[in-house]
Amino acid sequence: METGFIIETIIKAIVILAVFSAIAGFTTYIERKILAFMQRRLGPMNVGPQGVLQIAADGIKLFMKEDFVPQNAARPVFKIAPLITASTAFIAMSAVPFFPEFELFGYTVRPILSDINVGILFVMGVASVGLYGPLLGGMSSANKWSLLGGARTAIQLLSYEVVSGLALLAPLMLVGSLSLIDINAYQAGGFSDWLIWSQPLAFVLFLIAGFAETNRTPFDLLEHEAEIVAGYATEYSGMRWGMFFIGEYANLFTISFIVSLIFLGGFNDLWFIPGGLAIILKVMVLIFFFLWTRAAWPHIRPDQLMWLCWKILMPLAVINILITGFVMMF
Amino acid sequence: MGLDKLKDRNISMGEYINVLEDEYPKTGWEEFKQIVKRSVKGELFVGLKIVWNMMTGALFKGEMHTVQYPAEKLPIGPRYRAVHKLLALLESGENRCIGCGLCEKICISNCIRMETKIDENSRKEVMEYSINLGRCIFCGYCAEVCPELAIVHAGRYENASEQRAHFVLKEDLLTPLDKLKEQKEYPGFGAVSPDADEKIKKTPLSY
Repeated sequence: METGFIIETIIKAIVILAVFSAIAGFTTYIERKILAFMQRRLGPMNVGPQGVLQIAADGIKLFMKEDFVPQNAARPVFKIAPLITASTAFIAMSAVPFFPEFELFGYTVRPILSDINVGILFVMGVASVGLYGPLLGGMSSANKWSLLGGARTAIQLLSYEVVSGLALLAPLMLVGSLSLIDINAYQAGGFSDWLIWSQPLAFVLFLIAGFAETNRTPFDLLEHEAEIVAGYATEYSGMRWGMFFIGEYANLFTISFIVSLIFLGGFNDLWFIPGGLAIILKVMVLIFFFLWTRAAWPHIRPDQLMWLCWKILMPLAVINILITGFVMMF
Repeated sequence: MGLDKLKDRNISMGEYINVLEDEYPKTGWEEFKQIVKRSVKGELFVGLKIVWNMMTGALFKGEMHTVQYPAEKLPIGPRYRAVHKLLALLESGENRCIGCGLCEKICISNCIRMETKIDENSRKEVMEYSINLGRCIFCGYCAEVCPELAIVHAGRYENASEQRAHFVLKEDLLTPLDKLKEQKEYPGFGAVSPDADEKIKKTPLSY
């Protein structure tokens, strides 16, 4: 293996880590602002112009806070759990192509850390390892709320893994490849080639499963403050808590990128918009949709969540696969 | 309704009708139909639309509800009973209080205390006037009973301070001389008449 490739890979890894940690921080600001506007408030205003330095203030606060481990907690597990969430969130990004190739000083840069031919499988697999973060964190905290949060992590994330996997099968059958670059190339023909038109049901199912897997608000039973204080994160403070949330927002971006790559045409040029900008716009729209639903929709109960998963979404996903198979066969 | 029905504390056994559900599904098929009906109805999107309208209203139509409090204050009603104020005489800038003691007498929480003496001109002079705001219940009797309208409830509602003394000294309650022009009058006995500007004259002592 040549040295240039290794250096390039390391630089790409550092760029992904740096950019997405910063974006994850900035998304907390955007989330607070948008939620505030939707409730006719202003949100953070006092730190910096329009409160933009609130991220820095929050970061300083999280670093300065006491790093607290409860007395009866399983100490090593308690300390490792946030690391699992944050690191799996970033590892999952290593197989995601963010932009089309571009030239930098005469050198072609491919904005993907490693183009493995089972990209989507890798992303889904690593994202599902991420459930160990909340699960172990909740179970090691020596706190009943945390334990309930951990139990809910297991039921929610495991169940929705099934739905998201089955929902992805149908478009993958059409494309015939697990590589995210191939999936992207399949939709190169423009707006009408997007997989959302041939697989609308899979899109809806995958989006719902994405909400549940990233633990976003209509489905955030893991830390449902109205029922179980803060769920698995009850005992966490300071930067350990911060790492859970960097992981959550990084997952949010991963899911948004995956949805736009698979269903919304990826980084192909869109009319006059260049591909790099097009995918950023799609991801921003999806992130806004995630925040929008958070402001608009109520929490659901755990039994409703399971009911939705196993009685509605999973049969629909299977039916979708069947129909796709028949259509492809005849 | 009979008394026996009123005495029945076993409320869960009564015949209650669930008002939220008109036709509660009984069989599995009816349940399924209800689910499909609700899924197709798109109520969730109505929620999204409402929230969107809220946001656009707040951002572009000036319907933002936030008051950025320390910098921006809401107007306060003229009849709001906030911390007391002693009004001054417009002619001389002196305290309007004549030391009658009615406010001290009527105060139901006993928080007003005044000390008076007869000065060398055999007029009553107020030496000390204090209101214990920790005990005051802001009933407004003192302002109502005052024959000279000397004590009123003013508009200062920010009652936090580092020192208790900020609220009980007569100097703080009394309108200072330079603010006399802005002193807001309350109609009643002791207040200036509407044509006071023509009638008013400085007291001889101030020449």
